[in-house]
Amino acid sequence: MAAPDKPLDAFGRRHRFSAFEALPWLITVGAYFVFPDYLALGAQILATILFALSLDLVLGYAGIVTLGQAAFFGTGAYTAGILAANGWGEPLSGLLAAAVGAAVVGFCSGVVILRTAGLTLLMQTLVVAAMLLELANKASRFTGGGDGLQGMDVWPIFGTFRFDLFGRTAYIYCAVVLFLAWLLVRAIVHSPFGRSLTGIRENMLRMHAVGAPVERRKLTAYTISAALAGISGALIAQTAQFVGLGVLGLERSGTVLIMLIIGGVGQLYGAFIGVTLYMIAQDRFATIDPVYWYFWIGLFMIFVVLFARGGVLGLVARARRHFGKES
Amino acid sequence: MPRGILRVMSDLLSAAISIAFHGLAYAMVLYLISVGLSVTMGLMGFVNLAHGAFAMAGGYALTTLMSHLQLPFWLALPAAIIIVVLASLVLERLLYRRLYGGDELDQVLMTMGLIFMTVGAATYFWGPVAQPIHPPDIINGQIHIGSRDFPTYRSFLIVCGVVLVTALWLALERTRFGAQVRAAVDNLRMAQSVGINTSRLFALTFALGSALAALGGALGADFLPIVPGYALGNLVLFLIVVAVGGLGSIRGPFVAALLIGISLTAFSYIAPELGAFFIYALTMAILLWKPRGLFGRS
Repeated sequence: MAAPDKPLDAFGRRHRFSAFEALPWLITVGAYFVFPDYLALGAQILATILFALSLDLVLGYAGIVTLGQAAFFGTGAYTAGILAANGWGEPLSGLLAAAVGAAVVGFCSGVVILRTAGLTLLMQTLVVAAMLLELANKASRFTGGGDGLQGMDVWPIFGTFRFDLFGRTAYIYCAVVLFLAWLLVRAIVHSPFGRSLTGIRENMLRMHAVGAPVERRKLTAYTISAALAGISGALIAQTAQFVGLGVLGLERSGTVLIMLIIGGVGQLYGAFIGVTLYMIAQDRFATIDPVYWYFWIGLFMIFVVLFARGGVLGLVARARRHFGKES
Repeated sequence: MPRGILRVMSDLLSAAISIAFHGLAYAMVLYLISVGLSVTMGLMGFVNLAHGAFAMAGGYALTTLMSHLQLPFWLALPAAIIIVVLASLVLERLLYRRLYGGDELDQVLMTMGLIFMTVGAATYFWGPVAQPIHPPDIINGQIHIGSRDFPTYRSFLIVCGVVLVTALWLALERTRFGAQVRAAVDNLRMAQSVGINTSRLFALTFALGSALAALGGALGADFLPIVPGYALGNLVLFLIVVAVGGLGSIRGPFVAALLIGISLTAFSYIAPELGAFFIYALTMAILLWKPRGLFGRS
């Protein structure tokens, strides 16, 4: 964001759609036709973007550092998965159930843990996810435990669009859901509510002083974010027709954080860039050598933190500022 | 039937002794690994998620020195610790130092990156299988006390732990170095103003913490197997010890480690499926009651 001459003007304009914002969607539509062999991967990317977007809402806007976002992703995935494995494979109501389930978990855990801050909060988010992982592991009658949930039967969308082998339906399904979720998140962050979240991130004491209901705002954002993460988990479960314990793992929370950081936090589009880069790179490198993958991504992460703060979007902004000064 | 009651009593007693013994050994391992984390977090306010990697490195260094260089255990153990300490000093200089006093998120990310690197590197060098640690005969086998048998290795762990806890406590309470550390934890700026070289202090504490972690990792392979995913898989456990105990304290993590070690051992006898739940629930309850941990300073 460049510093505007008239700040109030920028306030008035910031919610309007700019031409750049069409770019991700043009790419999404274009990729469908250009890479017909990679639609299954594409669907995964789109669903994971939604996951990263949900994290961006709590981390980038409300400033809550969490390592337990997988708790909601996993809750959504298991909700949709267990429904589909037990005779209710209608995908849209599955998504809704996943969103509600994850939101309930988000709300209940949020009431308890959001009162703390810093390392304690980080710990609490970790512990919530670890608890759910343990629960899913032990309740193997419902979840399949370590073997994963099998026998999911997802019905065609609207009774007509069957999930095909090439992932065409899955791709379009994920794209449409992501688009709707993006509209929602975009509206949220530009609303007065979203502005107050940014205020809480920047200076919590001051927000208390101006009378903003800080705790309630944080809890609302946390719950919405949990619901979105749940939808994302449900999308992955429905399109892959399988749910494993990994959906609740620390690795999942950690990697989504890394993806978001690569793209850029708190800018709404970091999720799009980061997830796409990460998952395409993972798809390329992990097939060549899955062992090295972790090593390189770790090294890259350290590099980003030390030298490229703000991720790709941060670099773009810096480059623009740099060249802007020269001209 | 007094005889029946007596038998039940004696069974209970022997179960309690066994739980206390194994729980204590487990607690010592947890404490050795976590205490450094607690002090560095309290001192530098640095969220070092990669601390477990130093413990893992201690384990790998020990097994490699013993199997490839054929070093005896008593030589390999200090050598392994020295290797880890040197590595930690280099990392502190190159990476950690840049983020002191910085953004919490940056610290989380960088140390998360370090964890991922150790997962990849350990898989590359040692493969996915757990590395066995073969202690020498003198600390293998059983000790007979009265009518009971105690595994010698675990008794050795307990003795080691007690000696180190005492030494650490004395070092922190009675030496000049300890006084400087305590001063810096309490008030960093004031400590700097009175001329304490906090930069050197940070490096020394970091190295000391890594040394203890390496020792704990190497000796505790019995409880926490040396596998590539070590730092990631045990992260929650180490953080729980630190957060429950309270940052910057050396007594806190000890109490927390005892609490966790003994309750996990007790649950593994009574109801193995509930052990982890209990620990998590306990952690949440304690942190809600005292957000800074049991012995944290406000």
